Amino acid sequence: MNKLIRFLPLILVIALGVVLYRGLSLNPQDMPSALVGKTLPNFELLTLKNKANKVTQTDVTGDIVLINVWATWCPTCKYEHPYLVDIAKNPQVTLYGLNYKDDRAAAQQWLKTYEDPYVFSIFDEEGTLGLDLGVYGAPETFVIDHKGIIRKRFAGAIDTRVWRTEFEPLIAQLIEEKKQGK
Amino acid sequence: MRLTPLFTTFAILLTIALSISKVQASPVDTYEFRDEVTKIRFQELSKELRCPKCQNQNLADSNSPIAADLRKELYELLQQGKADIEIVNFMVDRYGEFVLYRPRVSTLTYVLWFGPAVLILLGLIVVVVIVRRKPIAKKDLELTAEQQDKLDSLINDK
Repeated sequence: MNKLIRFLPLILVIALGVVLYRGLSLNPQDMPSALVGKTLPNFELLTLKNKANKVTQTDVTGDIVLINVWATWCPTCKYEHPYLVDIAKNPQVTLYGLNYKDDRAAAQQWLKTYEDPYVFSIFDEEGTLGLDLGVYGAPETFVIDHKGIIRKRFAGAIDTRVWRTEFEPLIAQLIEEKKQGK
Repeated sequence: MRLTPLFTTFAILLTIALSISKVQASPVDTYEFRDEVTKIRFQELSKELRCPKCQNQNLADSNSPIAADLRKELYELLQQGKADIEIVNFMVDRYGEFVLYRPRVSTLTYVLWFGPAVLILLGLIVVVVIVRRKPIAKKDLELTAEQQDKLDSLINDK
């Protein structure tokens, strides 16, 4: 017993070291969204391309949906763009854009220049839907299941590796859930 | 009153200089509050709420666009007459517990809240145990009669 007590400080220091060492490799930007498990917030906004076209949450639910938050002021969005064009060809998901705090003309030009991967983009100039979604930057991508529940929020750029590790398993699961009519 | 050109120029320059220094000294955004209490609540809340983007700054400190947006939202919620708790809930619903610099007490944060007190308590217990352990008995320190005699003789015998 006495001998054990003598080693206690050493054991404690090693335990502390392990905890702190683990902390070094954690990504502080990797935060779970507060909205995972909640339904997509209600909104009523115009589309990017057509000022007369009003869309609401019901227009983007029903399928397994990706909502990609993007803007022309965001350099990472440019990096991500070709991967989004690829994802748009995937019949398992429906990709919508949320053009976040952007200039309409610049955003429209962006889609002309780089190809438009989105079914449509919601134009959120004031960032109101962004606020309700807890968006704090771009790009961010939300996965919404067929019942309109937010299942994932991913902050950062999607590329092939991210798509495989972060999205594919979840989407396979969602497809399964949809099949079973859960 | 007639002003000399020199004076006019000076006045204009002075006005420009003052307005520039005023711009530099003022905070990022200026809000008009309906009363002093609301203003204080705004200041307190923007200190308590954390910027989601620049994680080591609060809303009051941060220059990031999202912090400016959230300050605006905070201002609007205050103007709508929302209570502090409602505002905090509004932010937590969107940005998670993360936005609170003073996290709520929950099973996740028990260690955070009570860890330091537990550690101090442990330290105190250790100190008390060490202090009270085996107090060296006085009896052991006392010299026996024989030793005392020897000591005396050593001291006196010169």
